[in-house]
Amino acid sequence: MTARTPEERHDGHRGRDGHGVPDGGHRPGGAGHPDSPPADGPGPLVGRSVPRKEDPRLLSGRGRFVDDLSEPGMLHAQFVRSTVAHGEVTVLDLDAVRRVPGVVAAFDAADLGLGDITARLHRPPEEFAETAMPVLARRRVRYVGEPLAIVVARDPYAAEDGLEAARVVYEEREPVVDEAAALADGAPLVHAAAARNTLVDVAPFATEGIDDVFAAAHRVVRVEARTGRQNALPLETRGALARWDDRAEQLVLRTCTQVPHQVRTVAAGCLGLDERAVRVVVPDMGGGFGLKCVVGREEIATAAAALRLRRPVKWIEDRKDALTASFLAREQHYDVRAAFAADGRILGLDADIVCDMGAYSCYPFTAGIEPLMAAAELPGVYRVPAYRVRGRAVTTNKAPSAPYRGVSRPQYVMVMERLFERAARELDMDAVELRRRNLITDFPYTGVNNITYDPGSYRESLDLCERTLREEGWYARRDAAAAEGRRLGIGYACFNERTGYGSAAFAQRRMDMVPGYDLAEVRMDPGGAVSVTSGTMSHGQSHETTLAQIAADTLGVALAKVKLHQGDTDRVPYGWGTFASRSVTIGGSAVRLAAERLGEKLRRLAAARWDIPWEETELHRGTVRRRDDPGTAVAYPELAALAHFRAHLLPKGLEPGLTATASFDVFHDGTFSNATHGVVAELDAETGGITLLRYVCVEDCGVAINPQVVEGQCRGGIAQGIAGALFEQITYDERGEPSATGFLDYKVPTAQEIPDITLFHLETPCASNATGAKGVGEGGTIGAPAAVLNAVNDALRATGTELDTLPITPEAVHRALHGA
Amino acid sequence: MKPAAFRYHRARDADGAVRLLAELGEEAKALAGGQSLVAMMAYRLARPRHLVDIGGLRELDRLRTDADGALRVGALTTHHTVERAPDSLLGPGFAVVRETMRWIGHLPIRTRGTAGGSLAHADATAEWCLLAVALDAELHVLGPHGTRRIAAADFFLGPYTTALEPDELLVEIVFPHPAPYAAVTEFAERRGDFALASAAVVLDRDGGTVRGGRVALGGVGPVPLRAAAAERVLADGGTFAECARAAADALPEEGRGAAYRRQLIRTLVRRACEEADAR
Amino acid sequence: MSDHPPDLPLTEPADAGTDPALERQLLVLDVNGAAHEVLCEPRRTLVDVLRHDLGLTGTHVGCEHGVCGACTVLLDGRPVRACLLFAVQAEGAAVRTVESLSDGRELSDLQQAFADHHALQCGFCTPGFLMLAEGFLAERPDAGRTEIRELVAANLCRCTGYQPIVDAIHGCATARRAVRREN
Repeated sequence: MTARTPEERHDGHRGRDGHGVPDGGHRPGGAGHPDSPPADGPGPLVGRSVPRKEDPRLLSGRGRFVDDLSEPGMLHAQFVRSTVAHGEVTVLDLDAVRRVPGVVAAFDAADLGLGDITARLHRPPEEFAETAMPVLARRRVRYVGEPLAIVVARDPYAAEDGLEAARVVYEEREPVVDEAAALADGAPLVHAAAARNTLVDVAPFATEGIDDVFAAAHRVVRVEARTGRQNALPLETRGALARWDDRAEQLVLRTCTQVPHQVRTVAAGCLGLDERAVRVVVPDMGGGFGLKCVVGREEIATAAAALRLRRPVKWIEDRKDALTASFLAREQHYDVRAAFAADGRILGLDADIVCDMGAYSCYPFTAGIEPLMAAAELPGVYRVPAYRVRGRAVTTNKAPSAPYRGVSRPQYVMVMERLFERAARELDMDAVELRRRNLITDFPYTGVNNITYDPGSYRESLDLCERTLREEGWYARRDAAAAEGRRLGIGYACFNERTGYGSAAFAQRRMDMVPGYDLAEVRMDPGGAVSVTSGTMSHGQSHETTLAQIAADTLGVALAKVKLHQGDTDRVPYGWGTFASRSVTIGGSAVRLAAERLGEKLRRLAAARWDIPWEETELHRGTVRRRDDPGTAVAYPELAALAHFRAHLLPKGLEPGLTATASFDVFHDGTFSNATHGVVAELDAETGGITLLRYVCVEDCGVAINPQVVEGQCRGGIAQGIAGALFEQITYDERGEPSATGFLDYKVPTAQEIPDITLFHLETPCASNATGAKGVGEGGTIGAPAAVLNAVNDALRATGTELDTLPITPEAVHRALHGA
Repeated sequence: MKPAAFRYHRARDADGAVRLLAELGEEAKALAGGQSLVAMMAYRLARPRHLVDIGGLRELDRLRTDADGALRVGALTTHHTVERAPDSLLGPGFAVVRETMRWIGHLPIRTRGTAGGSLAHADATAEWCLLAVALDAELHVLGPHGTRRIAAADFFLGPYTTALEPDELLVEIVFPHPAPYAAVTEFAERRGDFALASAAVVLDRDGGTVRGGRVALGGVGPVPLRAAAAERVLADGGTFAECARAAADALPEEGRGAAYRRQLIRTLVRRACEEADAR
Repeated sequence: MSDHPPDLPLTEPADAGTDPALERQLLVLDVNGAAHEVLCEPRRTLVDVLRHDLGLTGTHVGCEHGVCGACTVLLDGRPVRACLLFAVQAEGAAVRTVESLSDGRELSDLQQAFADHHALQCGFCTPGFLMLAEGFLAERPDAGRTEIRELVAANLCRCTGYQPIVDAIHGCATARRAVRREN
């Protein structure tokens, strides 16, 4: 690749593929949109890779993460955790703990008397079993690492000394360590309320006559696939610092969470406080990737200890606990058949999906998070006329599952893409061509799964990705390598990704909490500077920059004049946080709408001065000007001073101050980003080692607010997808003991394993939100496992063996190559 | 993941360190670079009551070649010092020692980790242990009653277990013979990891002809092992492929991943032979 | 939440009982060119002392077993894991942390290169990568991209996919070489 700036790449490929804003399509910026803001160079800020506002402090060591905070008199907490996977605690003796030098207190469940954390779906009992997660286990323990007691000490070292002094006696029960054991007749029950260890069991689609479709099909192919249990692995582990503020009559809980308001709801509920009396504040956050978008038990216990002791208490999770006792994800099993016609058309899809969700339902999503996602969205980018699916969540004696970047989509995309590869072999067709014949190309398209897909570039992304690898000569190199006995393979993944799930989509899941809309507030101070609050919660996604770009453009002010605030339940009116690639599509739209409302107020102030209707004004470079006389303008500071300092001069009907709020929600099926990933892999026939030689990603997330940030999300997402495809997994032995307590066993890929990635951008703007942007936070992770697995299988083509299990280990490749 | 409490003792010289170790007994451990020990202490898998910090003993941080051609590596020489050593210190006869350093962890581990610390820790896949066995090193050990020399073959007793007494300190590693035709190779899922398996080959070459050699394997047993069958093949004029096959065939057939490990060893030994021969 | 215990004193007694292993020691550390006195137990790691005793929270903690590299600092100019080092071992050495890279007003060329290449997202691993690169480039100013990629593999980043970090360090090294040639 020649070194071009992201903007050049962005524009270049938009032009090259003629895939720009379609006529009549939504363009960001409507009436009143200023044509160019001052001070940040020419042109609007949206669409430009402006430098990140986050960077200076993070690069200088001046970021403030939760473990960087301290309070006078602060104590440190750690947790006594279960060492057995399944059992009854018959003795929990903390007396010796309390005598350890430096230990200040130790509390168990009975000491704290906290309410449970209970996530709910509004579904009948045969579809959903409600289970409660206690903050500290009472008697029953359900996984190795489950918290039993909190130990509070003067420093983290003494706290750990305290843990060693706890005396716990268990009456062990037979652990349920995998899906087969969970579903077996007579299996021990993890929860009495969950018969057959099944938390969720849904069959939302069953096209009439589907059995006939399969019976009459030219070909039926089947893929049985499994994916390993992973940890989302934010490099910053979980943590919290809690204290009671007497003056505010509030618990102040500073914690790294993607969902501050939901932590507030749970904390208030468990502690018996009004929500008003809990203030959740989120400092800088070192990644989350979904693991931090559920409410954990430890932050609640930490808060309870702080209230009991009337001292600030900090808990920082260590890596061992982060790997074994936080939240895991992704352990799924698919058994899917697809029926094909002789010409390659897919005729039907019949799927059985089982997700191993571990010991508890996560809050607020429940254990339905994975199976409900997979069952709803499996058909993906393809025109599937008949569909039947059963999706289940089973409970086992493992650390519970939470959302992880992509949620089920890395798995079901992998299954769909495997089905097409396998069908292509059986039909003796080119797999890319087979996909082309089945891709959705006419939009909007309403699928067999009752989802309406908004316009995307499915076909175009596949064509460009394949053309790129072909023009670079990879097909010729693959064939030449085969002739030399080397194993080179090319693999693709073509997929879409629903982003910006609004209330409609989540309500369809029948969640008790429907995290759809978001709120924004835009405020101008008397000097004309702008504060934006958003209910979203950046943890690496650059919201301070991108949401500010949106607000700055809408108001026509310099980026430096806009500051974003997130993550403070006292400051942010309300919000659902950041997950499911929702922040720019939903949160960004709310920011834009709120900024437009503020702009309207500014225009009304100016219009009153000129005694003209406000519609005859417009915002322009930090001023309001007359449309009929652009030379007549009044600058924001003057209007802002009027609104704040000289309210007696305000026109009738306008209140003092300059604040506007807006909400945004999606009442239809949402907006779909799409992409095609192309991978070239080489196998070392002797060691089974896998090297990724080339990675090309063609993505379409609509309007890129900040192309460099989009690229960053793609690359980072792909790296996590490769991690799941080739490296990371936590297994459990027959006693329910997790395999990885550190990074020697949990193999996070490094710069040596993640290849350089070439990105191409197509742009099909979202027509149904205020920014034209579709979400891009998860797509990289979604496509990578399928593309990598297909490339490996292509390289294995001559062996007749295909792999359908992730992660793909060198040993598995070696076995595939040599048998035995 | 905070270490248990210990008492800290800073040694002023090697004799002092040995006196301290003798005085403090079994509950004391010498602390060199700490790259393995401190991590184990963080997990509380190791919990010495006393640490004798030998990190300041500059006299053990040296690298030199004797007049008789032997390479002498002070126990506190870091992997990084060896990696960056100029030819004047590490001539062609011991280039393999320098080149093996790249397999050890990553730069910030190599800047602290030491040759002696690695050998005393005795991880079965550690590169220094493999080198010591392959190059027939002699380990110089200081105890309360003076110095003794232990052949590498007798040093490793099991995983993380050596012939060192609690009051003894490894002070120097002597590689007696230059090994100009030698190579070490490994396989791990990620570069920098402990190897799944590793192989070291030292060829005796007479002109262009291989007369024999030494083959050592890591990751296949409790300690680094010499592959006698493979060495016999080399001595008998067999090919590298035959040598590699002999090394693999001598490994146990049973156990999880045994077949794969045998195949890895076969590949690694052959590649190490070829690399050693190509020097 | 009704039965609050009586208020506890705000600090614990310094005497931690009779275990001599819990006795604190007085250390003098040279950090970022200044001498600091610290009274702490010998088991306290360098990274904990930097962060919690000296308030230099720019250095982060990611794994406490030496793999992730978030705690990488310079010890006598060389990158080391501050979680695998007891603070007491750092006596007599010069420690440098991310806080030393710039004066707080203007970023150093290395920091700026990270910003230019979008080599950070959440920023948690960033100080470790900066110090890794700072130490490395001082010793290997002529390193090429392959060697830099090998270096970058020393630390973990969960956000960027590493390529921008490699590009940033390579870009910084290249620019420094150009300046050197001109002078």
